[in-house]
Amino acid sequence: MLVRNTYNEFIKIIAKPRSYIGLGVLTALIFVILFAMKADGSSFVSFVTASFEQTLSFNGNILNGNLIAFIILQMLIVHIPLLVALVTGDLISGEAAMGTIRMLATKPISRTNIVLSKFIAGAVYTLILTLWLAFLALIVVKWMFGTGDLIVLNSSGLIILQEQDIMWRYLCSFFVAYLALLTVSSLSICLSAFAENSIGPIVSTMGIIILFTIIGSMDVTVFDSIKKFLFTTHMASWRSFFEDPVKMKDIWQSIIILVVHNIVLVAIAIIKFNKKDITS
Amino acid sequence: MDEPIIEVKNLSKKFGTFEAVKDVSFTVNKGDVFGFLGPNGAGKSTTIRCMLSLIAPNSGTIAIFGKNLANHRTQILKNIGCIIEKPDFYRYLSAEKNLEMFARISGRDSSKKEIQEMLEFVGLDGRGKDKVKGFSHGMKQRLGIAQTLLHKPDLIILDEPTTGLDPQGIIEVRNLILRLKTEQQKTVLLSSHQLSEIEIIANRMVIINKGKSMIEGSVDALVNEQDLLLQINVSDYQNAMQAIELEFPALHVKHLHGSIIEMALEKEMVPKINYFLVNKGFSIHSLEPKRKLEDFFMKIIQE
Repeated sequence: MLVRNTYNEFIKIIAKPRSYIGLGVLTALIFVILFAMKADGSSFVSFVTASFEQTLSFNGNILNGNLIAFIILQMLIVHIPLLVALVTGDLISGEAAMGTIRMLATKPISRTNIVLSKFIAGAVYTLILTLWLAFLALIVVKWMFGTGDLIVLNSSGLIILQEQDIMWRYLCSFFVAYLALLTVSSLSICLSAFAENSIGPIVSTMGIIILFTIIGSMDVTVFDSIKKFLFTTHMASWRSFFEDPVKMKDIWQSIIILVVHNIVLVAIAIIKFNKKDITS
Repeated sequence: MDEPIIEVKNLSKKFGTFEAVKDVSFTVNKGDVFGFLGPNGAGKSTTIRCMLSLIAPNSGTIAIFGKNLANHRTQILKNIGCIIEKPDFYRYLSAEKNLEMFARISGRDSSKKEIQEMLEFVGLDGRGKDKVKGFSHGMKQRLGIAQTLLHKPDLIILDEPTTGLDPQGIIEVRNLILRLKTEQQKTVLLSSHQLSEIEIIANRMVIINKGKSMIEGSVDALVNEQDLLLQINVSDYQNAMQAIELEFPALHVKHLHGSIIEMALEKEMVPKINYFLVNKGFSIHSLEPKRKLEDFFMKIIQE
């Protein structure tokens, strides 16, 4: 029954117009970035490299596909959670608002399976968004801007990564980015189990992300102990793949924390939905 | 011997401090069209939601097909079709797609032919490809019935299925329910706040009010047209009461209000009382026979 209901969930996601908003907005944002880079990318690069030009000489195609893919990932990973929550935050509460949750819950499928099928459908939708982002950032951008070495500026300074040493980093970073977005998906599904309307879980998800991000960025001792447990702290851990050497220990810690978040959030959603009186 | 399909025993449900259902018990037998009657807010929907495991009761037991709902939920629900209050569908999907999806999770895939036949059965042939968002309330109600029947359940639970329908739609739904009983031998539990609706369709019923079951039995026995409550607006009502009790000692006459008196009697007695009072010189301003159950039900509603 889990497979049958998951199939139904895919049908619903495919049929809902809001599911395409995410893909559309993502495409539009990327093309805005590409247009900006095409029009004035060199001054953007100069702004970054200016402070190093007295000591270093930059040759070759710095404004290449690899750099723009990095910029895209950096810029959009903050906004994609909203696009994910727009669809996944509606998965349970949307049914409550529409009244179809009554029909669904009177069918011979356990409530646990209802939540799990929605989680699977949400995970696949998030994967499609991530793959679309990867396709645009890695294939289309490289086709438009060509390839080359990647220059990354981080807290420890300027890192230059060889062209042949980049693709695996992107693939791994997209995997970690997916895990972070999956956590957003699980969070919004979890909140959706508590709500009777679609807007509440979507707004709450974004509110939690904003709150946790602010806590994570504040240099206050009192927050130091909790920072490493906030999933938002690990949403940017994909960047660690662009360090040299790669800090695998930090990355594994992020992966574990994100996976634990997913398990806990889905478990809360299942417990809540199983105990819920459906009165709508 | 009657085979019980639904057995509800001492069911209670509280929402906070509000007791929506208090110690409700009733039995639905195989082949019954069972009327679940009560005024709005009586606890009908809460009881039905408990029977479909939408709401967890605080106490009491529900056995369906001889199995405890708490332990055999999935198995029981496979054999139930239901509409709760109003049928809601995925508005952005077609009628066919909605039916296909609900059938898929009802444990039985339905072929396109079966879906077409069902749409035809409920009078929606030719509208299967249309999105539900364009459907009227009546059409959704019919689609709801199609969804209820598609997986061929033995028990059908319909919570206020005629709410919001026009008179034509009400007649169609009633006829559809009667066809389910006569043509397909289904057991139907039908909730309603209209006695007239239950009278026409059901063979057995229970009346609930303020969360309590008040009376249960066969509709024929409860809605006995022979037993009436006669209300007479008569001049000099005190002497009229005395005269009636002297002439008909078996009747108990009581004063309601103004010059109106009331007595319980059989249908055949109405013209006799009328003739008697007129012959005795009393002026009768009105004479209103009411059925006992209707009066009982009205009192419940007015409480």
